[in-house]
Amino acid sequence: MNSRDIILQRLSERSGGKLHQPECDFSVLERPSSSVTERVEQFQKIIESVHGEVHRCTPESWIPQLSGILSSRGARNLLIPAAHQIGRALRDSGRDDLPELLIYDEPVTSWQAHLFNEVDASITSTRGGIAETGSLILWPTPDEPRLMSLVPPIHIAVLEASGLYTTFHEAMRVQNWKSGMPTNALLISGPSKTADIEQTLAYGVHGPKELIVLVIE
Amino acid sequence: MTQTPHHTDVREFHPRARAAIADPKIRKNFRKAMDGLITKRKDAFEGWDLEALRDLGANIRLRALANLPDLLEQLEKKLSENGVKVHWAIDGDEACRIIRDICVARNAKTVIKGKSMVTEEMELNHYLDDHDIEALESDLGEYIVQLAGETPSHIIMPAIHKNTGEISELMHEKTGTDLSSDVEYLTASARHQLREKFMNADVGVSGVNFAVAETGTLCLVENEGNGRMTTTVPQCHIAVTGIEKVVGKLEDVAPLLALLTRSATGQHITTYFNMISGPRKPEELDGPEEVHLVLVDNGRSSIYQDDELLDTLRCIRCGACMNHCPVYTRVGGHTYGTTYPGPIGKILMPHLIGLDEGRHLPTASSLCGACGEVCPVKIPIPDLLVRLRQESVDGDKLNPAKVRGHGAKRGTLEAMVWKGWSWMHARPGVYRLGTKVASRLRRLQPGNLGGWTRYRTAPKLAARTLHERMKERSQ
Ligand code: SF4
Repeated sequence: MNSRDIILQRLSERSGGKLHQPECDFSVLERPSSSVTERVEQFQKIIESVHGEVHRCTPESWIPQLSGILSSRGARNLLIPAAHQIGRALRDSGRDDLPELLIYDEPVTSWQAHLFNEVDASITSTRGGIAETGSLILWPTPDEPRLMSLVPPIHIAVLEASGLYTTFHEAMRVQNWKSGMPTNALLISGPSKTADIEQTLAYGVHGPKELIVLVIE
Repeated sequence: MTQTPHHTDVREFHPRARAAIADPKIRKNFRKAMDGLITKRKDAFEGWDLEALRDLGANIRLRALANLPDLLEQLEKKLSENGVKVHWAIDGDEACRIIRDICVARNAKTVIKGKSMVTEEMELNHYLDDHDIEALESDLGEYIVQLAGETPSHIIMPAIHKNTGEISELMHEKTGTDLSSDVEYLTASARHQLREKFMNADVGVSGVNFAVAETGTLCLVENEGNGRMTTTVPQCHIAVTGIEKVVGKLEDVAPLLALLTRSATGQHITTYFNMISGPRKPEELDGPEEVHLVLVDNGRSSIYQDDELLDTLRCIRCGACMNHCPVYTRVGGHTYGTTYPGPIGKILMPHLIGLDEGRHLPTASSLCGACGEVCPVKIPIPDLLVRLRQESVDGDKLNPAKVRGHGAKRGTLEAMVWKGWSWMHARPGVYRLGTKVASRLRRLQPGNLGGWTRYRTAPKLAARTLHERMKERSQ
């Protein structure tokens, strides 16, 4: 017998017999319904408490606001999605105060060193957010690959206020995640951090130093 | 690269404990950290119905364990459909071999690792090192511990036994950074040192916090982003997990995640919650081409046989029990000499290594109950400690011993004393005579009663026995 069969057999022929299966009551996770504004406020409060930055925008104002954020950081370039509305809007904006716009359109192996060493900032869409924990939901795609939200020192995420759920449980239920998960899905709740040296917080240990959320209302 | 040393001799618990207690630095480093964590955990649960949430967490884990063989098969099936290759290992050695074989097949020479306690259990770094494969830890705490050639002293904060000054000296000596008490500078240096390694590593090895059978999803909880780097940048990702980490439904992870991060470090959630369900698809531009999962038994299926001890397998590795343990806080994690220290280590390790080696672990507790009270999945740790103490002296008639190495603590002298004690108590005449003689000879009682009198004064026998006094009264 191979190890798989040995392990499974030992487990299914448990000497103590069948185990009882308790009921699971998920009602403790339920929260009273709240308005979009309340959710945005809660999201902002929580994510700011862990060093995330929130800018409230409108469909008209987000590009100028973004431009201000990038120039205040002296970003030389910005990695954008090619196909997503966000990327198209930026390319079509015709603004000359934006940094150089880069597109992630080839396998990472061919430009890894450049991505790791030369890219200052990236912007991605989100699949919604979670107010209770100040989290962004990201499902990377070929248009917005996984490393976009991880490698550049500044990650900017665009969040539609209407896409904010109260809890993680609610988000995965309403969006019916169990019907199929992508190869990689993420909750991101602030910039990369560590407290491994004497419990002292330090940001940007391996991932982005800054997480900036543009909430579109 | 310095490799993690083989585990120290577990049986030497007492001398290590004495040394740790005498070391003010260790006591200070742990005390400071643990006190902070206790407060943060408490604050993080404010506004929650914590008891209901703990019940839910416990029930989800119990339900998953009740279905364990089916869930493992479902997990394997789903992951295979998603393109992940699943391997099974009876013990740590087999798991190490599986990982080496994957590396060899890919001609891999360097492995970058995310945090994983099960690979500590099987001493993977050592094994790979012996087979000419370099394994580098990428979690900052693990990296520091590896630089120092030590093992983690806490399952969540591996380098908690060191203060900033010690870490600065260590990094200076091993990596050439400047001596500095600036934590940001030290962190930035580690970022710089590890970025190169992420880019060049052939294989990434990570642990798993929850494996979801329903969707074939591996969940990873972390703050640094090293876990994401490890599982995304190298062309091959190998996840390693104990067989008990599987849960049935995707929705089960929501309450478990809420309990885990709040119990561990008092965070509502960690920076990254990474859910991996497959290797990169042909149209995707990054992510590993190959993803493997190694399911490790290493003693778990035998724990699973016993109704009571099985509770150990509910553990979600939050570390709250150690943060709240008065013994752990004073002696620190290395004293235990085991992969998992503190209360969870005391109930888990005796199964994994046997009671002959782990005989002192269940007694390293004041049975104050704090561990059981904070455990987010309600593992009755104190009850299990008592059970294991019985096992270590060979159980009793109602609960015959089952754990490997049971009876290891039973001394011949002690056994004889108890045998005599029960013989005497079963014979009223002998008992009365015995106690009478003992009370008359009380002046001959030695003041030194071995271990007992090292920290306490010896009890004194009364001048007359209880029987004599009762008799006087009734006259
Ligand atoms: S035994 Fe409970 S408190 Fe201790 S690590 Fe496991 S889940 Fe956490």
